[in-house]
Amino acid sequence: MQRQVALIKQSLLDQGYLDEQFMELEELQDDANPNFVEEVATLYFKDSARLINNIDQALERGSFDFNRLDNYMHQFKGSSTSIGASKVKTECTMFREYCRAGNAEGCLRTFKQLKKEHATLRKKLEQYFQLARQAGPKETARRPK
Amino acid sequence: MDKGFSPVGLRVLVVDDDPTWLKILEKMLKKCSYEVTTCGLAREALRLLRERKDGYDIVISDVNMPDMDGFKLLEHVGLELDLPVIMMSVDGETKRVMKGVQHGACDYLLKPIRMKELKIIWQHVLRKKLQEVRDIEGCCYEGGADWFTRNDETHYLGGGEDVSFGKKRKEFDFEKKLLQDESDPSSSSSKKARVVWSFELHQKFVNAVNQIGCDHKAGPKKILDLMNVPWLTRENVASHLQKYRLYLSRLEKGKELKCYSGGVKNIDSPPKDSEFSSGHQSPGKNSYGFSGGSSLIHKAETDPKQLASSSVSDPSDVHMPPKAKKSRIEFDPPISSSCAFESLLPWSDVPDPLESKPTILYESSFLQQQPLLPSQSPYVANSAPTLMQDEMKPSYETCVNADAFLMPQDKNSTVMILQDLALPTPYAMKLQEASSNVTNDTESILRSLNWELPESHHSGFIDTDLDFSWIQNEHFLANTSGNFQNFQFQDYSCSPSLLSELPPHLWFGNDPDECTLMVDHGLFIS
Repeated sequence: MQRQVALIKQSLLDQGYLDEQFMELEELQDDANPNFVEEVATLYFKDSARLINNIDQALERGSFDFNRLDNYMHQFKGSSTSIGASKVKTECTMFREYCRAGNAEGCLRTFKQLKKEHATLRKKLEQYFQLARQAGPKETARRPK
Repeated sequence: MDKGFSPVGLRVLVVDDDPTWLKILEKMLKKCSYEVTTCGLAREALRLLRERKDGYDIVISDVNMPDMDGFKLLEHVGLELDLPVIMMSVDGETKRVMKGVQHGACDYLLKPIRMKELKIIWQHVLRKKLQEVRDIEGCCYEGGADWFTRNDETHYLGGGEDVSFGKKRKEFDFEKKLLQDESDPSSSSSKKARVVWSFELHQKFVNAVNQIGCDHKAGPKKILDLMNVPWLTRENVASHLQKYRLYLSRLEKGKELKCYSGGVKNIDSPPKDSEFSSGHQSPGKNSYGFSGGSSLIHKAETDPKQLASSSVSDPSDVHMPPKAKKSRIEFDPPISSSCAFESLLPWSDVPDPLESKPTILYESSFLQQQPLLPSQSPYVANSAPTLMQDEMKPSYETCVNADAFLMPQDKNSTVMILQDLALPTPYAMKLQEASSNVTNDTESILRSLNWELPESHHSGFIDTDLDFSWIQNEHFLANTSGNFQNFQFQDYSCSPSLLSELPPHLWFGNDPDECTLMVDHGLFIS
């Protein structure tokens, strides 16, 4: 089972959903915080959902305040780097480019894509953590400290 | 923070509005064996810092925060507490990083932040401490005066008390002391408790400075005396003065004041963060030298007093009333009028010539170049010795600079300093006019600095307010300085950094000769 967990993780990394930051987080996990990574991920998804909401509302208003949107996205991007959400981060960067170019259409399109990536990652990570919890602490114990 | 230095247990304050990062950083820092405090808001962070002065060793802050710009926070922390600050951001654009550095950040980390980057932050704390120590030591050694060293040591140990010259100090290994100095409360030697400059305290500070008048005259000791805050040491004041000037000059510079006339060529180096004095200026962090910004204010502020006491038209009177004259060597432009110089005097009772010295450092560099004006010589003769003895002793800080000055000049530097203080009449007048503005501006500046003012101005204000104040003054000064077109600022080349601290118009005086004198000895500018 642990091998399964490891495989899933590897595939997430390989597919670019996650980057080394995720590994760094796993390094931080220890006896004091055995579920550290999961806690961080949960926090991220909660916070990012809020940010997505803000952006959604801003976009819906149709006024396209690019500065504001850029600001939101800057926050979102920062947040996404915290867990190594690589694909999400890429979309963030693109979104900001469109903001700078004043391209509303581009923004809308990118944001849609971003939400999709975000949702996908969330699902995958949920699966991953579930498995990891089932697999037990050995997963982390194996990790060189 | 007065413990011997060790990375373990380093007290870190992390400020970030992103809860995910806050959690991660907290964990990472704990893994580094640091003592971590997290904070989601800049204002909250400032509150924590002010509440527990000396409660933290280093601050790590994100650049983008909802309630306050990270750079503003950086400024506040630097000005009020002099703690090393590391900035973080997901954005690594060069100009932002530069902004961070310009605002005094020790480092700028890009997110995602790695453990290894956090593992070494203790080096910033140590470096800063060592710099302080070196500044003090440097000052002492530069001058080479024994008593300097003695002063320094004593001062360092005694936290600002007058030094007794009796002891001879050997090579005092500050660093060693620093490192071994473990929570021994009595051994205050390498550490002084951090003072948190509350708005009230700062206001007192500014009032004192205003009262003193001339910029240069506003030395730490004088300010301290006027402030009448028993627990405050000269060191605290000097250090605060330095930062304040730096801050103001930074703002000023940012505005690209064009009104400065004259070839103030040297004034282009951006103010440095802590070591204003090119060179070591003040021992430890007490560089008295006000940076340009503050000097501007001070100058203006001084003026009313000065002018009041003497006829405005008389340049010589542009100095402070006798009691005020003491030491501060304001950076008044070394206007040629000898009278001005005289008026500056009462060195004899100058309590802290030294103190002024640091400030004057910048100035003195100028001063030194200049041969004493004949009219001044008598003054000098009188004051110099007194100055030397009295002033030097207590304010080792100043000494450092003073010493440096003195070295080449053979104690005439003090005179020089005085000379510099003399303001040309027109200049003085202008300053007088400006002074009232300045005073107001100080308030606005303070407000803009948002130092615990109830109605917190938002960061945006700071620059604006300051701008206004500065601009007003500059205009005045600009006019005045127009008179000094012939000044050769370029002579001040030796101390560009010094110069940069002061608003150009404050610097000089018309007399190129004078200037030459000063600048060159560039002692401090080591």
